[in-house]
Amino acid sequence: MIESIGWGLVFVGIGFIAAGSVGLVRLPDLYCRLHALTKADNLGLGCICSGLALLFGQWIIAIKLLLIWLLVLLTSAAVAHFIARHVLDKERRK
Amino acid sequence: MSISTLAVLALNILLAAVIIGLLRAFWGASLEDRMLSVLLIGTGGVAITLLLSFALAAPALLDVALVMALLAAVAVIALTKGDASDD
Amino acid sequence: MNMLLWNLFDCVLALLALVLGWRVVSSHDLKRAVVLFIAFGLLMSLIWARLAAPDLALAEAAIGAGLTGALLLSALRQQPASSESPVRSLMDVYGSLVLVLVLGGVMAWALFAAPGMVQGSSSNNPIYLQLEQSGVSNPVTAVLLNFRAYDTLLEIAVLFCVAIGVLAFGRERQHVMPAGPLLGVLMRVLVPLLVVMSSYLLWVGAHAPGGAFQAGAVLAAAGILLHLGGMPTLGMPGPLNLRWLLIAGLACFLLVGLATMLNGASFLTYPQAWTSVLILLIETGAVLSIAATLVLAYRGGGAPLDQPQGEGSHEERL
Repeated sequence: MIESIGWGLVFVGIGFIAAGSVGLVRLPDLYCRLHALTKADNLGLGCICSGLALLFGQWIIAIKLLLIWLLVLLTSAAVAHFIARHVLDKERRK
Repeated sequence: MSISTLAVLALNILLAAVIIGLLRAFWGASLEDRMLSVLLIGTGGVAITLLLSFALAAPALLDVALVMALLAAVAVIALTKGDASDD
Repeated sequence: MNMLLWNLFDCVLALLALVLGWRVVSSHDLKRAVVLFIAFGLLMSLIWARLAAPDLALAEAAIGAGLTGALLLSALRQQPASSESPVRSLMDVYGSLVLVLVLGGVMAWALFAAPGMVQGSSSNNPIYLQLEQSGVSNPVTAVLLNFRAYDTLLEIAVLFCVAIGVLAFGRERQHVMPAGPLLGVLMRVLVPLLVVMSSYLLWVGAHAPGGAFQAGAVLAAAGILLHLGGMPTLGMPGPLNLRWLLIAGLACFLLVGLATMLNGASFLTYPQAWTSVLILLIETGAVLSIAATLVLAYRGGGAPLDQPQGEGSHEERL
């Protein structure tokens, strides 16, 4: 039972990452693409982490997975802001 | 379906999803699009490494994912912040 | 079915590495090439992870993806901006083609002529047979710092030469921008995390993947982050103390080697009871030197002498 929930979460997460990639291909400008990439991918990674935590079934690994996810959340939010600011500055200077 | 088959299937789908985004970022030739490709392969790479650590039963790969997440962030900050003055 | 899927995964990864590598070298704009090179480093790290070589995956993620990218960017910044791409004569193209073919041929020959590999952790592998006497339980660390410590000693010496070169020729980059609020917050979280991660990798290297080179690279990433956030001294000590840091790795190594000689054994043959302590000592020195050298290479040498020394560690000043 727990295993099927774990796999379900992993595949849902992969779905979100795929959605982020599709957004990267389809969306018109860089700000939109940034938005698709950082939001959908992080949600996907969160699902994969929680699914894998169930599959591994050890609390120490679950804590590590949670840490990794929180770290990626923090950095990619900040990095998305930096990239957007970089583009904005460039456009303003033109 | 056995567990290992499920794992490697998940890995394949995940890699395909990352590649779709990567190809767009390669041929969208602007500099920032390529930064997006670093971001994508950073997050997607962490996800793939985590899945690999389960599929290969190698918990040491969790540390690899952690270092990857940290260093990809530092690299992108260096890209966007390093040259604000002379670009 | 299973095998087929794994093969598919491997082939796609290999193909992606080729395509990405081609995009890196065929890019005319150097900065774009650097960005792709960072992505290439991350991909290589993935490939090592797939090959179940976490030591290499760690090193590639830390050095290949993060630090080399930052170093190339800082080198690019000192390059005078030239708009036209360099002219390539036909001679250059064919010359490099021949060179690459010869190099590829030599490497292929080396691969086939290599002594047969002993599979995995089987009981007839000489490394695993000797592992108990090595003082550590991670075979990679055992090879690097015990069985073939000479190699590592020479690597540290090469790194020391790099540091001397940077100090002699490199020019320090003057302008640093003050960190905005967001980068400030990010630095407060990431820098301590990188320092902790580096110590963790150093400690865990004795019995699991990790070790001095990975730990040093992660520590150097903390220094580069501080530089990006407008901390001109990077939390590094003053010029005089910095030199002590730069020689720490080589000095530890040589002193341990000499001590073993005084003890009556040959150079770098550790006494049985002290092995793990000595290895940890050498690795700690190496981490400090590697990190200091990499940060120095990013920042450029010739630390300004007029700056007051001993401003305290970066954690205090943040």
